[in-house]
Amino acid sequence: MDTLASLADGFAVALTFQNIALALMGCFLGTIMGALPGLGPSNGVAILIPLAFTLGLGATPSLILLTSVYYGAMYGGRISSILLNIPGDEPAMMTCLDGHPMARQGRAGEALALSGVASFVGAFFATWGLVLLAPQLVKVALLFGPAEYFALFALAFMTLGGVSSTNQAKSAFAAALGLGLAMVGVDTQTGVPRFTFGEVHLYDGIDFLVAIVGLFALSEVFIFLEHRGTDKDASTAPKLDIGRITPSWKMLKSCTPTMMRTTVLGFIAGVLPGAGASLGSFISYSMEKKLVDRKGTFGTGDPRGVAAPEAGNNAAAGGALVPMLALGVPGSGTTAVLLAVLLSLNITPGPLLFTQNPDVVWGLIAALFIGNVMLLAMNIPMVGLFVRVLMVPPRILMPVVAMVSFVGIYGISGSSFDLMVMIAFGVAGWVLRKLDVPLVPVILGTLLGNAMEVNMRRAVTIADGDYSVLVGSWLTLALWAVAIVGFVLPIFVGGVVKARMRGAAEREASITD
Amino acid sequence: MSDRIFGGIGLMLAALYAFAATTIPDSFMSDAVGPRAFPYGIAAVMALSSVWFLFKPDPAPDWPRMGRIAEIGAAALVMIAYAQLLPEIGFVIATAFAAAYLTWRLGSSLLQSAIIGVGTSVGIYVIFHLVLGLSLARGPFGF
Repeated sequence: MDTLASLADGFAVALTFQNIALALMGCFLGTIMGALPGLGPSNGVAILIPLAFTLGLGATPSLILLTSVYYGAMYGGRISSILLNIPGDEPAMMTCLDGHPMARQGRAGEALALSGVASFVGAFFATWGLVLLAPQLVKVALLFGPAEYFALFALAFMTLGGVSSTNQAKSAFAAALGLGLAMVGVDTQTGVPRFTFGEVHLYDGIDFLVAIVGLFALSEVFIFLEHRGTDKDASTAPKLDIGRITPSWKMLKSCTPTMMRTTVLGFIAGVLPGAGASLGSFISYSMEKKLVDRKGTFGTGDPRGVAAPEAGNNAAAGGALVPMLALGVPGSGTTAVLLAVLLSLNITPGPLLFTQNPDVVWGLIAALFIGNVMLLAMNIPMVGLFVRVLMVPPRILMPVVAMVSFVGIYGISGSSFDLMVMIAFGVAGWVLRKLDVPLVPVILGTLLGNAMEVNMRRAVTIADGDYSVLVGSWLTLALWAVAIVGFVLPIFVGGVVKARMRGAAEREASITD
Repeated sequence: MSDRIFGGIGLMLAALYAFAATTIPDSFMSDAVGPRAFPYGIAAVMALSSVWFLFKPDPAPDWPRMGRIAEIGAAALVMIAYAQLLPEIGFVIATAFAAAYLTWRLGSSLLQSAIIGVGTSVGIYVIFHLVLGLSLARGPFGF
């Protein structure tokens, strides 16, 4: 009951005029960013973080704005999947499989509405899962000492590459790169400068916001420059008839069991470190296909094939917030970006967050509920508006993205030096993406590097220089065991999952093209 | 092959990082671990994964033709120029030029590019500066 009382307090925090307006704005912008191919949830949140700061918003309002963008992007991704057969973001890839065939049968409106409802169901129940599970996880986390935290951070890095990466060595390299960058600046414990090469600007360390915006947003601009003229342009796709935009009760009823099952599955996938929304939608779709696809209609425009991945990915989005809020260890790329928001607001996520800043946590959770209802309301009648936004060609959109990134970073520090660093990260991000090196571990490394080192040093110092303390308790041993399994297992099975995800998407493309 | 080159660069980077770590001075106050141990660990992970790339490289990605690489380099140079000139000539002018360049390279015609560049710049200025009150770089004309 404590939880419900806290939640009620949260609603009191969230239900101010400013916060509702921010949630509305976030949901709207998020849906647009999710819908536009090339701008995913991580990019969307990354571009808006600097703005939230320079606007001088407090902790709770900034978080409400940015998590609304996060949820909104998860909703928006489906729009271009269904209409254009181009996933708006990675988790929406599976929605193409049945969504686009439905659109070709003149049922685009129905598919959009159904996927909107499925997104709502997934996100709504996942937010309840967050309410119930996070406080329990906090109780466990209170048992953690520095050595356990060090092991937990290691676990986060070793599992993050996880199933979505094809090459664990590249994830490890990316994590080392991120951690290495985090070391730049004055050492907090001894006060000596490290890796600054005498450059005064580097004494404060590299601002992770600069790194995030450069790696995600600017590298996307470079990707578009590289592929100019070779890719399908959204504006040249044949215009599809939307049709009716309300799903029939019969269809909703037939999809309800599917939505329920995939919500649970997606939520679990989201909570587990390193899985995230893409995996949530993938396993949801494949499980439903195995369970209910008796007539072989999946892949040809089966409504259940639209509902499954959408409920799955939105549930995973909510699930990924659980470890981020309760442990301070994000379960996906976008939650890593949200962690950056918390850190820049001087809020340390983790077990103490629930006792020290209950207004932030519960206000945020209440805002998620509110945002979800707004998104449902926005996504069904106003879907036509978002469809029109999709017609903005990348040649206009990408310069705007680049310029808004510059504005945001310049707004924080007012220094050209930070802009130069951001450009360097943009180019590096492009090269790393070409080499198939995942960017999320780099971000996570720059974010968590200092906390990880501090915990390691604290543990060893308390034990008087004895390094064995790092594996000195059952809890640490258990965490290390999970970390090692999480790192080694994908080497054997991860490639298979990734190959299947790609295979499924490519088969689909070859059918429709 | 790309991965092998990447592995070589990674190894060099790791060696450089480890070397830079050795130059971290000691401080009068220190803990049992000191400021160098963790960076050594990072360098070790980096070196190990780089060695892995050398021995088990992935298939090479499709690198774009030289022209496209030059394209990306030119865009980066324009952005660097933008970063340097921003405080000198002010937000609106600098942004109009940079946005026009990018949209031109992404396939707009010259006239369109000029319009889109100015439109982007003025649009951002109005929304972020006039409406939201964000401080942008001021040039000699006050905008």
